[in-house]
Amino acid sequence: MSSVLYDAQGPRAKRRNAVLTVVFVVAAAALLWWVFGTLKDKGQLEWALWEPFFSGTEAWSTYIWPGLLNTLKAAALAVIIAMPLGAVLGIARLSDHVWVRVPAAVVVEFFRSIPVLVLMIFGLALFAEYTNVSSDDRPLYAVVTGLVLYNASVLAEIVRAGILALPKGQSEAAQAIGLRKGQLMRLILLPQAVTAMLPAIVSQLVVIVKDTALGGAVLTYSELLSSANTMSGYYGANIIASFTVVAVIFIALNFALTSFASWLERRLRRAKKSTGAVVGADEAQIAGTTGTGAGGTV
Amino acid sequence: MFDFLEDYDLLGAFWTTVQLAALSAVGSLIWGTMLAAMRVGPVPLMRGFGTAYVNIVRNIPLTVIILFTSLGLNQTLGVSLGADDVETINFRLAVLGLIFYTSSFVCEALRSGINTVPVGQAEAARAIGLSFRQVLGLVVLPQAFRSSVVPLANVLIALIKNTTVAAAIGVAEAAVLMKEMIENEAQLLLIAAIIAFGFVVLTLPTGLILGWVGKKVAVKR
Repeated sequence: MSSVLYDAQGPRAKRRNAVLTVVFVVAAAALLWWVFGTLKDKGQLEWALWEPFFSGTEAWSTYIWPGLLNTLKAAALAVIIAMPLGAVLGIARLSDHVWVRVPAAVVVEFFRSIPVLVLMIFGLALFAEYTNVSSDDRPLYAVVTGLVLYNASVLAEIVRAGILALPKGQSEAAQAIGLRKGQLMRLILLPQAVTAMLPAIVSQLVVIVKDTALGGAVLTYSELLSSANTMSGYYGANIIASFTVVAVIFIALNFALTSFASWLERRLRRAKKSTGAVVGADEAQIAGTTGTGAGGTV
Repeated sequence: MFDFLEDYDLLGAFWTTVQLAALSAVGSLIWGTMLAAMRVGPVPLMRGFGTAYVNIVRNIPLTVIILFTSLGLNQTLGVSLGADDVETINFRLAVLGLIFYTSSFVCEALRSGINTVPVGQAEAARAIGLSFRQVLGLVVLPQAFRSSVVPLANVLIALIKNTTVAAAIGVAEAAVLMKEMIENEAQLLLIAAIIAFGFVVLTLPTGLILGWVGKKVAVKR
């Protein structure tokens, strides 16, 4: 599409684009110059501050690796618990019975319209007040609770979109050969919908990984981001260096997940055997806009 | 039962949330539109920049960005965005972080809108001799904006919810107030219900109204 917006460039357009490029480069260079100047003024480019990440493994084995493991642990627990819950909620929203459909819809729309952080803070207080989970474990429990409540409802929308995306002929054929409602869902719709949903589910993983950082910043859960804080305390206020390393790890992890999701999506769209129904990485949120439509992938 | 609320500035906290969301929404709409224009434009370097910006920024947790604006930009590099007191500085830093993050999603929402405009529209516009700026400004973007209303509404709702992340640098919005109330009062469920209700009031109508507007203005094809 983007190439349709403009013609093959003639001499004037080429000149104008060259000018634009130069202006852009100058602006970017000025910004970079300012950034480096400020960094240098504040002594943030000193090798001593960056050295821990490049020589020796202490910074990695003491701070970053355990932090990353905790991030992955919270994310994995959240996904494992949220998936079945989301599937149940999503299927319940498609039920023929009003008394199943409406409560499921209310639950999904409610939890989708509340910030994850609020759910996490609520979870923390809940575990402190009503359970005897030790105070060391409470942040993890709270983070996972918040993530599960929010993401189960987002996954419910993805499941619903996946099932609705299947061609009508699938359920009509199943009904024609006399399958019951449960059999239709279990044998025909779900297996196909799961494949169709995969890209959307994988890109939801990115959201979950990103949201675990909230636990580090607000709930004292010792994940990757909070390890940056501890590190900069230990290595002499190398905030810029620590945050850069942590950000790069997050970017690498999430970029791998995003790329995997779009690869899956392309593969599924090409596959000859499938019904051609795919819930794309960004489509789940669009499919669920009848309600609040709180974006899944943001 | 609701007596304790008199000790807290509930409306004030939600007003801060609304301000954060509104300012960031305007800022990220402007910067996001510029990014989208770069991503579809004819200058390769700008296209590369737009793509790189979106792919990098949306993979960083917002919490990392917001915390960095405070610890890195402000406390290490001394950026104060023209404010003197800590509260104003943190508020402005939070808005800056939210704009930085949200604009990448605005860019993607707009680009998905541009992709719904049929090729024939741009081809016809070029055939009558319009320049790139005219093609984009007079033909493609007006149609793209109309079909981006719904994805943009989703971004706005996510933004309203994301303002709570500003709690990480102590901006006194709803999530900070919730934490404070939970620490001081013994009415956990009630407090949670009140805060949750506040966010439902902010996000649900936004989704419903903009969803309706989106259907209304979308170009029927």
